[in-house]
Amino acid sequence: MVYSEKVMEHFSNPHNVGEIEDASGIGEVGNAKCGDIMKMYLKIENDTITDVKFKTFGCGAAIATSSIATDMIKGQPLSEALKLTNKAVVEALDGLPAVKLHCSVLAEQAVKAAIADYYRKNGMDEEADKLNVHCDDCECCG
Amino acid sequence: MLKTRIYLDNAATTKISDRVFDAMLPYLKEQYGNPSSIYTLGREASIAITNARTKCAELLNAKPAEIYFTSGGSESDNWAIRSVADLMKAKGKNHIITSAFEHHAVLHTLQELEKKGFEVTYLPVYSNGVVKVEDVKAAITDKTALVTIMYANNEIGTVQPIREIGAVCRENGVYFHTDAVQAAPHIHIDVQADNIDLLSISGHKLHAQKGVGLLYCRRGIKLNPLISGGGQERGLRAGTENLAGIIGLAEAMAAANETMDDVNEQHKKFADQIYDAVMKIDRVHFNGDREHCIPSTVNFSFEGVEGESLLLQLDLQGIAASSGSACTSGSLDPSHVLLALGLTHEVAHGSLRISMSEYTTQEEIDKLLEVLPGIISKLRAMSPLWERIVKENK
Repeated sequence: MVYSEKVMEHFSNPHNVGEIEDASGIGEVGNAKCGDIMKMYLKIENDTITDVKFKTFGCGAAIATSSIATDMIKGQPLSEALKLTNKAVVEALDGLPAVKLHCSVLAEQAVKAAIADYYRKNGMDEEADKLNVHCDDCECCG
Repeated sequence: MLKTRIYLDNAATTKISDRVFDAMLPYLKEQYGNPSSIYTLGREASIAITNARTKCAELLNAKPAEIYFTSGGSESDNWAIRSVADLMKAKGKNHIITSAFEHHAVLHTLQELEKKGFEVTYLPVYSNGVVKVEDVKAAITDKTALVTIMYANNEIGTVQPIREIGAVCRENGVYFHTDAVQAAPHIHIDVQADNIDLLSISGHKLHAQKGVGLLYCRRGIKLNPLISGGGQERGLRAGTENLAGIIGLAEAMAAANETMDDVNEQHKKFADQIYDAVMKIDRVHFNGDREHCIPSTVNFSFEGVEGESLLLQLDLQGIAASSGSACTSGSLDPSHVLLALGLTHEVAHGSLRISMSEYTTQEEIDKLLEVLPGIISKLRAMSPLWERIVKENK
């Protein structure tokens, strides 16, 4: 199993690590039993993600996917951020080993979970439900 | 990035020592003859293998005819277990006793035998990773064909009461196999005194090359033919011998036997330093048994930290070590060894194994202990799991 240079770059110096105290939305996916937890904090103003931070417990790929996913949605309108796919995350990292693909799914789901949380906090439960956040794609949690 | 390479994963593999390399070299270059050939070059190769076999036998207190050279530990384990299973099945015995934390070469072989109608008892290893002799005794029935329990565990270094288990097996007429792959570099093994019937050793764990090992099989126990072809290894394992590998294995075993007492003392000192320093870190667990162990291997779990990230951070500092995290095993579950000790998945994911060799220096241990606490802090600072642990324990 070999990580790309891009993965190692983001693992060694992850971007946007931390918390946002007055976050507009917080999403947490994964679980400790599987060895991956991603927690994402969003600051949303005028439907745009003005700031994003993350905390991740997990392997090198989990940290790298969190880091690059936060880069990819920062400054984006929600409509764009919601288009983030795990595939785009993998491509941006110049690929992931097959056994690590679930980490990219986690990153996508963490973003969606944080946006869903924002929707709920703003009385938009229907929008939140539509996002259908789950990490069942990871067989580990099945 | 640092250019230094600090290798602390000697339970995974070791480098070939100068002494072993020098012993092997002539058999790769000038004395490359096929041991089955009749002319001088072949005869010399044949004599060299005979001498190597005699040397290995002497070091284990066995007879040369009881030593079979193989490709390594996994092959030896497979061969031993399958052979005894077949032998005893014919006598109506279909029960095997093992421990819950054997190497996969043993566990997967036994799982296959289970599919073929064998019953396997997996003995507990308790929180300290040591099998109890009375558990072995209690598990033996009139159907028991074999007990296979490792000499020293590969992940946590705990040493099992092999001699006592062997004695129980003798009393009950049950064959006893032990995977001594991790023990061989650190323990003077005596198959007679230790009551061992079959034993596996791997070359690359003791500074010989990868792809060579041996199986000790007590005279009178019939091994299955493994590879059909020529008459090598008493007609049971055909194929031209791994000449240089075998010479290297014998040399490595002799070298280990000469140096292990001093090396163990040195490792004990290092292990104590590591233990004292690491246990100062908040919410850390020592995995193993400080008394019944090979001192070269130490294992800890750091709560709130994931093992693969820990290894990659150490690697960035030029340090190579190992973890029982699921992420490093390529499976979804963390190490079965750590789970067998009763660790939760969460805690098992955060494990770190440090394994030393005779080349490990004080400077290397100092460097490890200098960088490790900072790495743990860094990973915990970005871990939502750690955040939760801290909150729950306030």
